[in-house]
Amino acid sequence: MAAGATYTPLETQTLGANAASVTFSSISQSYTDLVLVCNSGQVTADTSYNLRVGASNTIDTGTNYSDTALNGNGSTASSYRNTSANRILPAGSNSSSISDNLIFHIQNYSNTTTYKTVLSRANVPGFRVVATVSLWRNTAAINTVQIYGGSNLLAGSTFTLYGIAAA
Amino acid sequence: MIGNAIAGLYGVGVTPSTTAYESIATTTVGSGGSSTITFSSIPSTFTHLQVRALYNFGSNANLRMQLNGVTNNTNLHYLTGDGSSASAGRDSAGNIISLQYGSSASYFYVQIMDILDYTSTNKYKVGRHLGGVDYNGSGGVYLGSSLYSTTSAISSISITSNNGQNFLQYSTFALYGIKGA
Repeated sequence: MAAGATYTPLETQTLGANAASVTFSSISQSYTDLVLVCNSGQVTADTSYNLRVGASNTIDTGTNYSDTALNGNGSTASSYRNTSANRILPAGSNSSSISDNLIFHIQNYSNTTTYKTVLSRANVPGFRVVATVSLWRNTAAINTVQIYGGSNLLAGSTFTLYGIAAA
Repeated sequence: MIGNAIAGLYGVGVTPSTTAYESIATTTVGSGGSSTITFSSIPSTFTHLQVRALYNFGSNANLRMQLNGVTNNTNLHYLTGDGSSASAGRDSAGNIISLQYGSSASYFYVQIMDILDYTSTNKYKVGRHLGGVDYNGSGGVYLGSSLYSTTSAISSISITSNNGQNFLQYSTFALYGIKGA
């Protein structure tokens, strides 16, 4: 019944210098879901992390994204929403050292029937923990993903993209 | 190896072994819809199971999961955010996902559901869930923990709604196995 090993590492980017963003392009369409695992920090603390996606190797910067989030900041549990935004917002805070962990599950990214939903967990020590469901209102297959911060991402931050193939 | 696999899924990004996580079976709902998604004859060669789902109902419904065909042995605790407030709840009615935000074409619910130590005959089975739906103005995100009061090894999984709703076309459920060391 098993169809074989999956959860394949597609690409890892480790920043040699501070950078504004990290982009994965020409992503194989051979998988079902993508998982982006980030260990990172930013030059300036407590700004944000942001994610964009796109098709045909063109990152969508239009207001085609939205989020619903569950957030804990160490004293209060809350929920917030972003609508018609120009990016996915998995976390509104970040550390100034490489101690943040974000994991994005980009579900059914290669289908051309449904809008694309992203589940993310953001673990930002000292600031917040967030679970978010996000939407890219486009039925196109995703082949490019970009993560960027409210300030530059720190040298040494790592970003690994995995592909999961269903049977 | 299993630590790497689980850490890679939910934790600190340690690269998982590509031999530890395998696709077992996938069901995609056709044009006629389907009331039940079933995975049967699940091999016992893994340590944990994961179901990754993209689904839609015609109207509001909760998700139910039966292990080995047994009903009424599920308890659930969950935490949700609806965009304005965080809330917590529990459910002993057999639901594993208590998340109802309507239905709309092109907007599908997503869930990642884990069943830990599914082959163990010494313990009840524990599930954990991450999921939600966003409609650009409504929707919710969901964290859940479920208990299945059975010490039997799990060989089948059946997924349905709680109210007879069919899964709509393009709903997809993929079952994966995660190996231990």
